[in-house]
Formats: sequence, structure tokens, C-alpha cells
Amino acid sequence: MSFQTTAPAMSRQPASPLRRILGALTWPLTPDAFVESLLPQAPVAARGRVERIEPNGPDAATITIRCPRGWRGHRAGQFVNVGVDVDGVRHTRCYSISSAPERGDGRFTITVKAIANGRVSRHLVQALEVGDTLSLGEPTGEFVLPAVLPERLLMIAAGSGITPIMSMLESLQAQDRLGDVVLIHSAPLPGTMIFGAALERMAQRHSGLTLQRYYTRHGGDTHQPGEHNGRFDAGQLDTLCPDWRERATWACGPDALLQNLERHFERAGVAEHLHVERFRPRLRPGAAADAETAQVTFGRSAVRACGNGAQSLLELAEASGLNPEHGCRMGICHGCTATLQSGRVRDLRSGEIHDEAGDLVQVCVCAPVGDVEIDL
Amino acid sequence: MTHAFYLTDEQAEAFGRELDAIRDEVRASLGENDAAYIRRMIRVQRGLEVAGRASLFAGVLPPFWLAGTAMLSVAKILENMEIGHNVMHGQWDWMKDPGIHSTTWEWDTACPAEQWKHSHNYMHHTYTNIVGMDRDVGYGILRMSAYQEWKVWNLGQPVYNALLAGLFQYGVALHDVEFEQVIERKKSWRDAVKMLKTIGRKTGRQSLKDYVLFPLLAGPFFLYVFSGNLVANFVRNLWAYAIIFCGHFPDGAHTFKAEDVGNETRGRWYLRQLLGSCNIEGGRLFHIMSGNLSHQIEHHLYPDLPSNRYAEIAPRVRAVCERYGLPYNTGSFARQFGTTTWRVLRLSLPGGEGLEPRSAMAA
Repeated sequence: MSFQTTAPAMSRQPASPLRRILGALTWPLTPDAFVESLLPQAPVAARGRVERIEPNGPDAATITIRCPRGWRGHRAGQFVNVGVDVDGVRHTRCYSISSAPERGDGRFTITVKAIANGRVSRHLVQALEVGDTLSLGEPTGEFVLPAVLPERLLMIAAGSGITPIMSMLESLQAQDRLGDVVLIHSAPLPGTMIFGAALERMAQRHSGLTLQRYYTRHGGDTHQPGEHNGRFDAGQLDTLCPDWRERATWACGPDALLQNLERHFERAGVAEHLHVERFRPRLRPGAAADAETAQVTFGRSAVRACGNGAQSLLELAEASGLNPEHGCRMGICHGCTATLQSGRVRDLRSGEIHDEAGDLVQVCVCAPVGDVEIDL
Repeated sequence: MTHAFYLTDEQAEAFGRELDAIRDEVRASLGENDAAYIRRMIRVQRGLEVAGRASLFAGVLPPFWLAGTAMLSVAKILENMEIGHNVMHGQWDWMKDPGIHSTTWEWDTACPAEQWKHSHNYMHHTYTNIVGMDRDVGYGILRMSAYQEWKVWNLGQPVYNALLAGLFQYGVALHDVEFEQVIERKKSWRDAVKMLKTIGRKTGRQSLKDYVLFPLLAGPFFLYVFSGNLVANFVRNLWAYAIIFCGHFPDGAHTFKAEDVGNETRGRWYLRQLLGSCNIEGGRLFHIMSGNLSHQIEHHLYPDLPSNRYAEIAPRVRAVCERYGLPYNTGSFARQFGTTTWRVLRLSLPGGEGLEPRSAMAA
């Protein structure tokens, strides 16, 4: 699954004396900068080479990536910031790691579903080639299994929400700790289930693993045990998994599913058993009328203001009593560049839209389109 | 207004819109090929630097010393001009690659990136050739416009000029400290000292690398590496000085008085950039070695468009200028550098109003 959140920057390890000397010899660049430019095959920090791309269902792919130098590994269930260049522009998204930490060959996988109009996911699934390089953050996230494993587990996924759970299951299998697990997974049709075949093989090997599969768009009526037509609803837990109240539960998928589960677990008084990992859907382009009353939040100074879609973010900040750093006020000097945290802004000169969290925008020539949060 | 002479208000706005249209068109067409260009340039530069430094280790043999020094000189020139200067302008920010971005780039010259981005991207590019506002008009030590008052010490200008050329990276770093402003008490000592400390720290690291660490690594060949590095830095200084002075001071370039510029519209800003900038003619390699500052006019109209596109838009810009009857100052390196040097010499003496284009003086 993918998120729009940004993982925290990777923390630096203290440099060895040799690296310090190399650093002084390559200053103001880093030794890695030379390696990356001149030896593109050599592993460097924060960059991983694509080693393999396999289809996983009709519009998803599992991408095997070589771990960057200095990679500290992940815990099963964590996600990683993945940056890829599309038409020359770097785009960054978070993807859950779908392989187990125990894999041990210096590689890990992410599993990406191409979503309609998803520039990055479509590129990763359809255009990425073996040998390409991805920029990588450090694995992060709290959607992980505890050190002391509960006896019985319930895992609920839909679509690409299976990816962190797949990593957990693989990890348990590798540690020989795959015990009593009920997995509920959904896909539109039988052949489209992400990791459908792998899960089936795993269930054959481990009698403790029970699969419950939902096909949301399937009309056929011949089913093996554990296969269902239609959409999974938390209300069905009583029949699917009668002891669900006693199980520690991990769920990942679209927001509607997670809300449904959260309400259900809360009503049953077992909300603390449920661990969820959320898709953070992209803010949809606001209607034209939204631009008239854009709420702008200046994140660093915790100031809010109301924009009109024509006034630049810099003017708006100044009118709100802030004094952000800037230069020319006409978009040529890049002295006012600030990080867009959420929302959409429009370049007043060209009409160009910036709408990715983390985009660096020139606030003197950009105006909000709908609600915006900016790091000023 | 000095540059009112050339265009009416309506014409200036129409001129500005035409130039905006070129900008938008290029900006919208940026993509994979452009990204590949800058990455290739960076690869070539780093390759040359490694090869140059390696070759200098064998510098006891004269061909290796010469080849090493030449490669390192070229590497330093590319690093400062086609890469560093342009990356710090934000020309490649659209790629969103944090490794090639104006907010993170640091370069191999005495001037710290943060100070440079203020003095150059903001002050120089916004107030181009306005006496008293654009500090590149003489770097605080040369009289480069007849609008600057002549003082006795300007007599020594040919000497200061030669020193500036040879020590250009330090001149660039120090000109932002604005010593004369400190002396006139318009700027505090505290601020000046803070800037000097930053420059000092950076110069220290640079000198440690070029004049201590690499020579020490060469062991008995210390002096060969030391001298190669020294010469490479010197060559880079001379070249950068020559290209940069040709950008705004050859014969026909306009300088401006602050009171004549006033509250400019975008169209008039474009016009002033055009009148204050000069191109140098040359081949593809020459343009790359100049950091495409040989397309100084296009660079000043569009400081944050990628430099690899200047050559393709130059004929279009020139055609627009011709339609509006505007001068487009371009010439050979010999012509532009010769007339720039003449300006330095002429303005060491009082007067020199004749250097300003007659059309502008008539206004």
C-alpha cells in the first residue's frame, strides 16, 4: 500500500576516521556523490537498484530492490519512502515493505498497485526497468508485531493493504512462529488478488493459517471453503472468526474498511486490540469556488489565514504578521522557497500546479488553491 | 526613466508578455532529456576531477602534470559555472532531486552558497546594473559605470582589476560583506564579522583539501600536486572573471541610476535585463565552459530556466528584440572582453559618460 505521508529524515551515524578523511577530500561533495555519478552500479546510501519486477495480479507488481549501503533493515509491517523520477521529476511516495526482514540476501520488496491517474504507481508498475535506481528513506512506521507475540492473530487487508501483512506473515514463517492466524483479504476478482497464490501456498503449509477471501466484483457462485462474494463487513466477523474479540488484530486497507472496523471494535469494547495502517488519500483538486476561501495554515508559526486564490502565499503570510525570508518577490531568485505540507498551490505566472506534500514552492509567486499547509 | 527611451508603457508590457510566453513554453517542456543533461554534466565534471587529481599524483612527469592540471581546471570551471551557479539559481529545482537542488547545493569556491544566493540571485539579478544596488557593478572596488562618482583611488583600478581577476573567488566572497557599508556605518561590524567567519571556515576547508590533504597524499610529490591545484584554481579564477565581466560591461551595455529605475513593471524589468546584459558568441563547448553565461541575456531574462535551453531560445529572444527595435548586445569573446577592459581603464579616470549608449543618454 502507499501513503502520502513523509517518513522522518534518516539519522546520521557517526563517521569513521577514514570516512572523515574521504569527506574532507571530496568536500563540498560527499564520497557517495562521486560513487553515485561515476560507478552507478555500486551501492550508495539512500539509493537502491531495482533487481527484479514481477507482476502480482493484473495491475500490481512486486519490485525487488537492493538495499542501499548503510541500510539498517526494517521491522515487518513498516513502510519506506520511495522516490522515482518520472519525466525527469522526482516523486516520492511511501510503500509498505512486502518482504520479511529475515530475507537475508540484501534485498527487499515493495508491492505496488497501479491506480488510475496515479503517476507514480503507474510508472513503478508499467515503466520501471531492472537496473533503474530508486531513492529510499529509512523504514519507519508503528504498524508492527510486538516482540511477545499474542497466541492468536487476526489480520484484515484489502487490495494492496496486504503488503505490510505479507511481510509480517513471511517473517513469522521464517521464524517458525506462524501459529493461529486468521487472514481476511479482499480483491475485485479471484485472479486479481495481490499475493493470492503465495497466501494459498502458505496456508497449505501452515494449518494454523486460515484464509477468508472476499471477491467484491465476482458474480460466479462456485467457491472453495473460505471464499466469499461481495464486500467484507466487520459484522461478519462473528461467523468468520467467532473468537475475534480475543485476537490481536492488524488491519490495512482503504479508509472505509478501517473506519468500519474501528467502530465495530469500539462497540465491542476491544478497540485496543485493533492496529491499523491507513491509506492517506491525496487531497482532491478543490472546486473553483474553494479557491475563493482557501484556508492557509503556516505550519511552523502556527498561524492561519484566509486566502483568495490571487494573493501570493508570501503576501498572505505578511498580511498575517509573519515575515518569511524572501528576495526578489517576482519568482526569479528562489530565496523564498518553502515546503508545501499539504494541499495545492498555483504558480501565478504560469498556472502550474504543485500538489505533492514535500514540494518546495516559491511562495512569492504561488497562491493557494483550496486549503493549504505550508512550512513557514 | 533611463530605459523609457526604447519602449512606451504599452510596448513594454507587450514585450514582457512575449517573453513570458517563451518562458512558460520552455518550462512546460522540461523533462527527461533535460534531467539527463545535468546528470551527464555532473558525471563528466566528477570524472574530470578524479582523473585530473589522479594524473597530478604522477605530476613528476611533465605530461601528467599538464594533463592533470588542465583536467582539474576544466573540472573546477564546470563545477562553478555550468553546474554550481546554475543549480543554485534553481534551474534544476523542478526535478525535485534533493541532490541537485538550490536549497542544498554547496560549491567549490570561497563564497558560501547561502551568501551567494542572496548577493547574486536576489541582489544582482533583481537590480541588474543599477549603480548602488547591484554590487556586481565593480564589486565595491572598481568604477564600472560613469554614474559612479570618480574618486582619486580609482586611478589604481587597472591594478585592482588584475588582482580581482587572479583572486576572483575571494573577491566574489568578500564583495558581499560590503566593507564600505560597514565603514559608512550602514551595516554593523557584528554582521560583517559573522560573514567573514563563514567565508573563513569555507576557505579553510577548501585550502585544506587542495593545498594540504591532496599534496600530502602524494607523499614525495607534494609540490607537484600542490602546484597543480594552485594553477587550476588560478585558471578557474581568471576564466570566471573574464566571462562574468563580459556579461554586463562590454561596449553598448547600459548601466542605470537607481532614481531612474523607480517602480518597474515586469515588462520594464525585462527591458533593463536586456539592456544591461551581453552575450558572447562561440561554439557549443565554449557555451558549456562559460556555464552558458555566454547567453547572458537569456540567463538574465530567465535566471531559473535550465542553462541547456538558452541556446535554443536565444534566436527567439533576439527576434522579439528586433521586432521591438531593441539592441541585442552580442559579439566575439575578443570584442566583449576587449571593450570591457577598455571600460575598466577609461573609468579609472574621471568622466566616461561617453561609455553609456547614446540612445539612453538622450532620454
